[in-house]
Amino acid sequence: MTYSLLSIMRQELGLIVITLLVLFLDLFVRETNKQKVYIITLILFGIHTLAGFFPFEGGTLFGGMFHTTPMHILMKNVLNIGVFLVLLMSASWLIMPRISDKRNEFLMILLTTLSGMYFMISAGDFLMFYIGLEIASIPMAVLAAFEKFKSRSEEAGIKFLLNSALSTGFLLFGLSLFYAAGGTLYFDDFSHSISQPSPLVALALTFLLSGLAFKLSLVPFHFWTADVYEGSPMVVTSYFSVISKGSVAFVLGILLFKVFPAFIGLWQFVIYALAIATMLIGNLFALRQKNIKRFLAFSSIAQAGFILLGLLQTDTFGITVIIYFVLIYILSNLAAFGVAQAISVATGKENIEDYNGLYKTNPSLSLIMMLALFSLSGIPPVAGFFSKFFLFTAAAKAGYYRLVFIAVVNTTIALYYYLLVVKAMFINPNPNPLPPIRSDNYLRSALFITVVGIFLAGILSPVFEYMQAIVDKF
Amino acid sequence: MSFLMLFVLVPLLTVIAILFSKNIRQTRWIAALGMSLQLILSAVLVVMYLQIRAAGIADDFVMVKNLSWFPSLNFNLTLGVDGISVSLIALTSIVIFAGVFASWQMESLHREFFISLIVLASGVFGFFITIDLFAMFVFYELAVIPMYLLIGIWGTGPKEYSAMKLTLMLMAGSALIIVGLLGIYFHSAPEGGQLTMNLLEISRYKIPENVQNFLFPFLFVGFGILGALFPLHTWSPDGHASAPTAVSMLHAGVLMKLGSYGVFRIALFLLPQAAHNQGALFLILATIGIVYGALGAIMQKDLKYINAYSSVSHCALILFGLLMFNRSAIDGAILQMISHGIMTALFFALIGMIYGRTHTRMIHEMGGLLKVMPLLGAAYIIGGLASLGLPGFSGFVAEMLVFFGAFSHADTFHRIATVLAASSIVITAVYILRVVGIFLMGPIKDEHHRHLTDATWWEKLSVGTLLLFITLIGMFPSFVTETLIGNSLAPALERLMSNF
Repeated sequence: MTYSLLSIMRQELGLIVITLLVLFLDLFVRETNKQKVYIITLILFGIHTLAGFFPFEGGTLFGGMFHTTPMHILMKNVLNIGVFLVLLMSASWLIMPRISDKRNEFLMILLTTLSGMYFMISAGDFLMFYIGLEIASIPMAVLAAFEKFKSRSEEAGIKFLLNSALSTGFLLFGLSLFYAAGGTLYFDDFSHSISQPSPLVALALTFLLSGLAFKLSLVPFHFWTADVYEGSPMVVTSYFSVISKGSVAFVLGILLFKVFPAFIGLWQFVIYALAIATMLIGNLFALRQKNIKRFLAFSSIAQAGFILLGLLQTDTFGITVIIYFVLIYILSNLAAFGVAQAISVATGKENIEDYNGLYKTNPSLSLIMMLALFSLSGIPPVAGFFSKFFLFTAAAKAGYYRLVFIAVVNTTIALYYYLLVVKAMFINPNPNPLPPIRSDNYLRSALFITVVGIFLAGILSPVFEYMQAIVDKF
Repeated sequence: MSFLMLFVLVPLLTVIAILFSKNIRQTRWIAALGMSLQLILSAVLVVMYLQIRAAGIADDFVMVKNLSWFPSLNFNLTLGVDGISVSLIALTSIVIFAGVFASWQMESLHREFFISLIVLASGVFGFFITIDLFAMFVFYELAVIPMYLLIGIWGTGPKEYSAMKLTLMLMAGSALIIVGLLGIYFHSAPEGGQLTMNLLEISRYKIPENVQNFLFPFLFVGFGILGALFPLHTWSPDGHASAPTAVSMLHAGVLMKLGSYGVFRIALFLLPQAAHNQGALFLILATIGIVYGALGAIMQKDLKYINAYSSVSHCALILFGLLMFNRSAIDGAILQMISHGIMTALFFALIGMIYGRTHTRMIHEMGGLLKVMPLLGAAYIIGGLASLGLPGFSGFVAEMLVFFGAFSHADTFHRIATVLAASSIVITAVYILRVVGIFLMGPIKDEHHRHLTDATWWEKLSVGTLLLFITLIGMFPSFVTETLIGNSLAPALERLMSNF
C-alpha cells in the first residue's frame, strides 16, 4: 500500500514536496538569498515536469477515490509545461519593489493551486473532485490580489473570491443532488447506479455544469473574467487564462465522457448552446477592448467556447483534441502574455495603442506577438491552425456542421481583432514608439520555448499522434 | 524525397537565406536567384510531365507520393500533379519571377517584403502540388495571410482598410471551405471504411447526392470568393488597387486562380451531381460577374481599379467556362486561367512601373506617355490587345473556346447566358482602348512627365518575361489545351458528364 501510494501519487507528492520546500527555504534563507529559492524551485519544477513524461501505467488508490492513468498524466504534463513557462515569465515581475519581499509566497501559492488541479483531474469521486477544485481556486484569489497596493488588484481578488464562492455553491448543490439521485459519490458506481436520466439528474447536471461554466468563464457565466483579468498582475492573468482554464476543460471532459456518457442527450445540447454563446459574445466584446489584458481576457473567453467543440461526442478523439488544443493554447496565449509582460514590466504600458510602431524598436517581440496571435486565430503554419482544425473535425464528426460553420465564422471575427494588434505593431505610424526593451533571460527563454512550440507542435504530427496513442489506451 | 517537394523547399530555403542577408542588394539577388531556380524547376517539371505522358501512363495524377502526416486521422501530405496543376505551377513561377524583378527597388523593410512575398508564393506552390484536401487547405491558408502584411505595410492608398477587407473576406471563404472539406472527409468512404482526404480515393467513392447538395455551395462559394464570384468579389478591386506591385501581380495573376482551381478540383470534381443540380444558380452569378466587372472597369479612373475590375470580369469567365461542363469550355477556362494570369500580372507590373514614375494612377492626369516611355507604353498596348481578345494572343483562344463550348448547349438559358457573357468582349475593348487612348496617346498633359525615363533593365526583364509567354501561348495554344492538359480533363469530364 505504501509503495503503491508513493508510485501512483508520485506527481502529486513530488509537487507537494517542492511546495513545502519553498515554504521552508523561504523561512530559513536570508533576504539576500531569496532569489536562489526561485532558481531552485524553477529547476526542481523543471525536473518534475520532465519526470512526468516517463511512461507509467497508473493505478487506483483509496478504494477508487483517486485514480490515475496515462491520460490523466498527460493532462498534468500539459499543465506542468504551462506552469513552468509561467514561472519563467514571472521572474522579472517577482523582483519588482513591493513584490520581491513576498515572491516565494507567490511560488508556493501557485504550486498549491496546481496540486489542487492534479487532485481534481485524478479524482475518482465527487468529494475528491470538489476538494481538488477548492484547493485550486481559493489560493487563486490570493494570487489575483497579489499586488494588494493597487486597488484594482484588490478588487480582482475580491471579485474572484465572491464569484468563485457562488460557483462553488452551485457546484456543491449539484453534487448533493447527484448523491440524492444515485446514492453514491464514486464515479464508477455512479455510472452503474443510474442508467436512465431523471429530472433530478437533469437538475443536478444543470447545477454542476453552471458551476464548471463559471470556472471556465463560459457565457453567460463570464462576467467576472474581464475585471479579474485586468486587475490581476500580468503573470497571474496569464496563469488564470491558460492553466486554470485548461484544467477545468480537462475535468469537464473527464466528467462528461467518463461519468455522464449515459446522459449525453441531456448535456449535448447544453454544450452546443454554450459553445455558440461563448464564442460569439467573447469575440464581440473583444472587438472593442483597448487594454491588452482585457483584450486577451475576452479572446480567452472565446477560446473556451472553441474548446467545447471537442466535447460534443464521447469518443477518444474528442478528448485528445481537447488536450492538444489546450497545449497549443497554453503555448500561444503564454507567448502573447509573455510579450505583454515584457512590455508591461519595462514600461508599465498595457494599452494596445501603446504598441503602435512596436516593430521599429522591438522587432522580435512584435514577431513573437504576431505568431502568437496567428496561432490563437488558427492560421497555418503555426500550431493553432492544427488544433482548431482538429476541433472542427471533432465537431463535424458528431455531425454538427452548422456549429462548425458558426465556429469558423467566429475565427474570422477573431482574426479581425487579432489583426488590429498586428496592425498596431507593424502598420500604425508612431513618432514615439516604445523604447527597445531588453527582458531578462528567464522571460526570453520562456518566449523561446513558446515560439518553438508554436512552430513545431503543429507541423510535426508526432505531438498529436503521441497524445492520441495515450488517450486511446485509456 | 519527391521532386515535387522542391517546389516548397526552394522558397523555404530562399526565405531562410533572406533572413541572413545584410542589405537590399543581397536580399533581392537571393530572391531573384531562388525564383529563377523555381522557374527552371517548373520548366523541368513540364518536360518530366510530358515524358511521363509520352511513356503512355494514363493515371489521373502522376508523380504521386504519399507522405504520412497525421496517420490517426489519415491526413497525409500526398503529392501529385496532373496537366492542369503543372501548367498552373508554371504560371506561378513565371509570375513570381517577374514579380521579384518588378519589386527590385523595394527599399523599405526589404527583407520582410521579400520574405512575405515568397511565403505567399510557396503557399500557392504547395496548393498545386498536393492532392490531399487537408494539405491543400493548409497551403491555401498559408497563401492568404501574408497578404495582410504585404498590403497593410507596403500598400498605397486606403491600404489598412483594403488589407483588412481582403483578409477577412478570404477567411470567411475559408470558413465555408472548412465545412465543405470536413463534410467530404466524413463521407469519403462507405459506412465503416477508412475516411480519407485524398482526392483520388474520394473520387472513387460516390458521395450520396443529398450530402453533395449540402456541401456544394460551401465549397463553391468558399473558393469562389477567392475566384471573384459575384457578389463576393468586392475585396478584389480594393485589395488589388492598394497592394504593392508584385503583390497585385501575384494576387490577381495566381491567387485568384487558386480559387478557380479549387472550384474545379474540389467542388466540381468531387461533387459532380450537386454541380449539375445547382450549377444554374452559380452560372447566373458568373454571368453577372463577367458583365458587371467589365462595366465596372469602364467607370473607373484609376489604372489599378480598371485592371482589378477587368480581373473580376475575366475570372468570372473562368467560372463561367467551368460551369458549362463540356470539354471545350473547361479547356478554355483553364487556358484562361493561365492566359489571364500572365496578362494581368503584366498589367499590374506596368502600372506599378508607370506609377513609380508619374506618382499618379489617375488616367486623366496623364497623357502621351507613349512618347516618353515607348517601351512600357508599347508593352501596355500589347497587354491590352491580348486582354481584349485579339487573335494571336492567348486571351483570344481562351475566350473562343469558352464561348464555343458554352454555345453548344442548346437550351435558352445557356444561350442567353452566353450571349450576355460574350457581350463583355465588346465592353472590354471599350475600356482597354479608352484607357490606352487617354493616357498613352495624345499630348503630354503634365510637363513633369516629359523628363521621365523608360524601363530599367530589371523592368525590361520582368515585362519581357511576361510578354514572351503571352505571345508563346497565343501562338501555340494547343500546347496548353491539348499537350499539357488534354489528358487531365478526362476524369473530371467523365464525372461531370456521366449524369446526362
